[in-house]
Parts: sequence; structure tokens; C-alpha cells
Amino acid sequence: MLPLHHVIGLSAILFVIGMIGVATRRNLIVVLMSIELMLNAVNLAFVGFNRLWPGTAEAPALDGQIFVLMVITVAAAEVAVGLGIVISLFRNRDSVDLEEVSLLKW
Amino acid sequence: MPIEVIVKTVFILLVMVVGLAPVITWIERKQSAVMQDRIGANRADIAGITVLGLLHPLADVFKLLSKEDVVPTGANRILHGLAPIIAAIPALIAFAVIPYGGIYVFGDYKLSLVAADPDWGLLYIFAIGSIATYGSVLAGWASNNNWSLLGGLRVSAQMISYEVTMGLSVVGAFMVFGTLKLTDMAIAQDQTFRLLGFLEVLFGLPVPVWLDWIRLPAWGIFYQPLGFVMFLTAIMAENKRPPFDMPEGESEIIAGYHLEYSGMRFGLFYMSEFIEIVVIAGLVATIFLGGWAVPFVSQETIINIISGAFNRDFATALCMIVHFATFMLKVLVMIWLQMALRWTLPRFRYDQVMDLCWKILLPLSIVNIFVTGAVLLVAKGSS
Amino acid sequence: MSVPIILFYVFAALAVTSALGMVLNVRNTVASAMSLVVTMIALAGIYLLLGAYLVAVVQIMVYAGAIVVLFLFVVMLLNLRSDSFAPGRQWLVKTGALLLTLVVLSELLRLFAVGMPPTPAEPTGFGGYRQVGIALYTDYVLLVEMSSLLLLAAIVGALILAKRRID
Repeated sequence: MLPLHHVIGLSAILFVIGMIGVATRRNLIVVLMSIELMLNAVNLAFVGFNRLWPGTAEAPALDGQIFVLMVITVAAAEVAVGLGIVISLFRNRDSVDLEEVSLLKW
Repeated sequence: MPIEVIVKTVFILLVMVVGLAPVITWIERKQSAVMQDRIGANRADIAGITVLGLLHPLADVFKLLSKEDVVPTGANRILHGLAPIIAAIPALIAFAVIPYGGIYVFGDYKLSLVAADPDWGLLYIFAIGSIATYGSVLAGWASNNNWSLLGGLRVSAQMISYEVTMGLSVVGAFMVFGTLKLTDMAIAQDQTFRLLGFLEVLFGLPVPVWLDWIRLPAWGIFYQPLGFVMFLTAIMAENKRPPFDMPEGESEIIAGYHLEYSGMRFGLFYMSEFIEIVVIAGLVATIFLGGWAVPFVSQETIINIISGAFNRDFATALCMIVHFATFMLKVLVMIWLQMALRWTLPRFRYDQVMDLCWKILLPLSIVNIFVTGAVLLVAKGSS
Repeated sequence: MSVPIILFYVFAALAVTSALGMVLNVRNTVASAMSLVVTMIALAGIYLLLGAYLVAVVQIMVYAGAIVVLFLFVVMLLNLRSDSFAPGRQWLVKTGALLLTLVVLSELLRLFAVGMPPTPAEPTGFGGYRQVGIALYTDYVLLVEMSSLLLLAAIVGALILAKRRID
């Protein structure tokens, strides 16, 4: 059968790659995409664990997959609003470079 | 069994893609010529023998292969070359779930004429439609050209808008047939239903038994006429054929995202549009026109009639051929319909296309779901 | 070494490669977005192998087919060209990556040593649209209603943020 600890390992690796993207990239859109990658890694962990405890045919335990559907919904909403922020930021400052929008830094 | 899947895949690619798609370019030329009272293209010949213009698809292929491949300066070479391939792949892999025959039992071996039959077959088509956006969007971006960028923006807006309507308009058919598996949908359409049955079910009026002979085949188009019209509109808009071809409007933005493509790369875009015409025809035939089912004659009847004269296995094989021929006939009718629509309607404006999707088709599809649900509730409650 | 296990490793390698391509690709934002699409499709393939059929299709339809198209749309609209790593951040990339890799590797080695309980057989209808649909609308119907409110708020918010000023 499918080695589930490898699935969880893959989820951890993707999460770490997403974290590196969020921490080091300058482009705001790529930072948002790295956040999406982290959410995807979490989804993979949910589905993997749901496969480990699937319940029975009469009483299925599909909680992991329901969670994944909700995470996808929340990610869609977050991307919509986040890209709206990016567009209005671009209109005001003519750049989406995180080094240049650092007014709150002291 | 993998060898079976490989044989079916090769058969689909040979018949539908290599066989049918070039014939469709010929059909388009000849049908538009007949509709416009002219002769059409008929001069391509081999040693002086013209075959009514049937050699023109071959001539097209040679012409496109021999053209110079121009990549504009400043364009991203990798994305520019990748875009036609990304546009062609969804059109090809959508054939995997379309059934061109039913399930036939030869002794203890079940043969079903579909390459892959997952439980969620219809959802696979919607997923493929979502991926198909990327080819055109990338083509618009990677060409380093203002007109292509405009075309790319327009095409992404159009395609993601019509995906929603495409999904919602089939929910009615899904509720009626109760399954997303395309083979089961086609099998459920293999019967007939009483035309006046709705009186008994909805209003409780007793229908006299001697009126029971008025029957219609249980096709999706009779159960869901509004769903048929909406699905056809939405999926034709996904295909970017006229009247929805404002992303590649020749008179407005000089061929839009196609602009910087020459030779076989343009040929790939062109071919993928025509392959998708066959996919649309196959899908509409399966969901709404009864798929491979002969109207009024169910599969059992055909096999029993033929096995009066031959043995049962041969009767099943003959029934398979009859069903396949019926499916191809329905596909050809749908192709004819799409061609007729293409050459009749003028191009929609950008705001008209968006209005049609969000203000007309989306509310109508939700109303369709509501009405279908109400009718099904009353029907199940009374039976 | 059955076909599902080989397919899992192929999809996993594809996912990791395109995730790295997305994060480390500095010159072309559109290429980063396309790498993200490849990652999501590879993950959808893994969901199919794990028996989550509806989730896999929803992932392709919503995530790869709409969310990343939205990213591409914004990139094309703003006409973003090339990028670069922050000037003082080169050392951060290297040390951060090294530290994270060490931590993750140690945790993974511990996980692989301990292992997980054996995977039970897949019950019939698991992950199909019927069971997920029934679960969504009986046990989790409140979640569905709340997510509709959330999406409405997101639509209104995105409209207001991105609209041009009507002065």
C-alpha cells in the first residue's frame, strides 16, 4: 500500500519550501504564491491522515477531506482579497517590491 | 486491464483526432460555402484529381509545416513554445471519459467502449476545462505584444466566467440521472418515458392507460431543455469559437493571442479548437442526446432481434457496431449544429459576452436547478 | 513496487521540483506561477492515489484552474517583469535553508524510523462525491453556510479594493 509516512514527509518538505519562499522573496505576488504552497502542503497532510483512519463503509469518517475543502475555500477568498490589496498597492506606489513598501520599519 | 486501455486510447486517437479533426476543417469549409451560396475551397489536387476539396486538410498540414517559425524578440522563448502544447493537451485528454459505446458482455468478459470510466467522469471534464485556460493566457502573455496581451486578458476572463455556468447547467442533468459517471448517464437514457406522465406526477391527474403509447426516449434534452441550451452556449464559449471569439477577433485585435504564432505552432492552436469541437459534440451527445443509444430501441431489444438469426456473441458485436454508428451520427449532428451557429451569428462584444454569462446564464442555471429539484421532490414524493 | 507506489514517487518528485522552481525562480513571475500549477496538479494526482477523488477534482478546478489564473491575471495586468533576491538577504537564503533542512530532515528521520500504522483498506465509496456530499450537508452544513458568507465578504472586499476611484 501507499507509504503514508512518505506522504507526511512530502507535506513537510513542501511546507518548508513555502516558508523559504515567504521569508526570502521580494515580490509580493510570489510571497502570496508561497503561502498557497504552504496551504497545499497542509491539505496533503490532512488527506494523508484521513486515509489512515477512513472509517467504514457504513460510517465513513471524511473529516480530513471536509477540512481540505474548507481550506481551499478560505484560500480562494484570501487570494481574492490579497490580490485586491496588491493591485491597490501597485496603484499607490507603482511597485510590489517588499523592500520598497517598508514604511512601518524603523 | 492495461492492454485494453491502450487499444482504446489508440483507437480514439486514430479515429477522433487523426481521422475526424481534419475532416471537420473540410466540413467547415464546405458547410460555410453551402450556407453562403458559394463553392468553397476545392482546388487542392493530387495529379489533377480533386476530391471535392477533401485534400485541403492535407494541404493545410503541409503548408503549416513548411512555414518559418517566428518567435518575436523580447518574448519568453520557453513559454512561447510551451503555450500551444498546453492548449492542445486538454483537448486531447478530454476524450478519455467520453463513452462511444455501452457495456457489452461476451461470455464472461465485459467490454465497455470507454477508455476510462471513473465515478466522477463529468467532474473530470470540468477540471480539464479549467486547465485549458492556461494555453491561451500564456500565449497572450509570452508574445511581448500589446494586442496579444489584450487577447490573453480577454480570453482568461471569458474562459473562467463560462466554466461556472458550464458546471451549473449540468447539475440539473446530474440530478435527473443521479450519477456523474458518463456511461451510466448514457445507459439511463436507453429507455423511453411517457410523455403525459408529468400530468400524473405533478398535478395528480390520472392519465388514461390507452394514452401510454405516447412515449419519448428518455434523453437529457427532453428532461432538461434549458440545461441543454445553456450547456451548449457555455461550452461553445469555452472553445472560443465564434460567436464567442472576441479573444481572437480578427477585426478588433488582429487575432489576439494567436498573433505571434506561425507555422505548426499556430496549427496546434487551430487543431486544438477543432478537436475540442469533437469533444463538445461527444459530451453533448452523451449527456443530452442519449449517447450511443438508438431511440426507442433498447440494447436488449437489438441483441434479441439479431440473435434470432445468429449466435449471441455475434449479436452483441453487431449491436456494438450499431451503437458506435449511432454515437458517431449524433456527434456529426452536433458538429453540424456548431458549424451552423458559427457561420450564422456575428461576434459578441466583450461586455455582451460577460453580461450573457453573469447576468443571464448564471441566474437561469440556478433557476433550472431549483425547478428540477422541486419537480424531482414532487415526483419522488408521489411515487 | 506496484504502479500506485511508483506513481506516488513520480508525483512527489514533480511536486518538490516545481515547488523549488517556483520559490527559487527570480527572473520570471509567470514561470513561477506555472510551476505552482504543476505542483498543484502533482498534488491532485497524489490525492487520487490516496482515494480522495472529489478533493482531487476540486483542487484542479478551484486551485489550479481559478486561483492561479487569478495570480496570472494580476501579473499580466500589472505587467511585472523581473525580480531579484533582496540585496542583504543572500546569507538569509543560505543559512535559513540549511537550518530548515536540518530540522526537517531530523524530524523526518525520526518519523521514518517510527513509521505509521499500516494503511487500512479503502472502504467502498470513500472520498466519492456521494459520501463527501452527504457529510457536507448533514454533519458540516454550518461550515457550508459560513463558507458562503466568507466568499461573499471576499467578493465585496476584492471589488472595493481593486475598483478605480469614482471621483
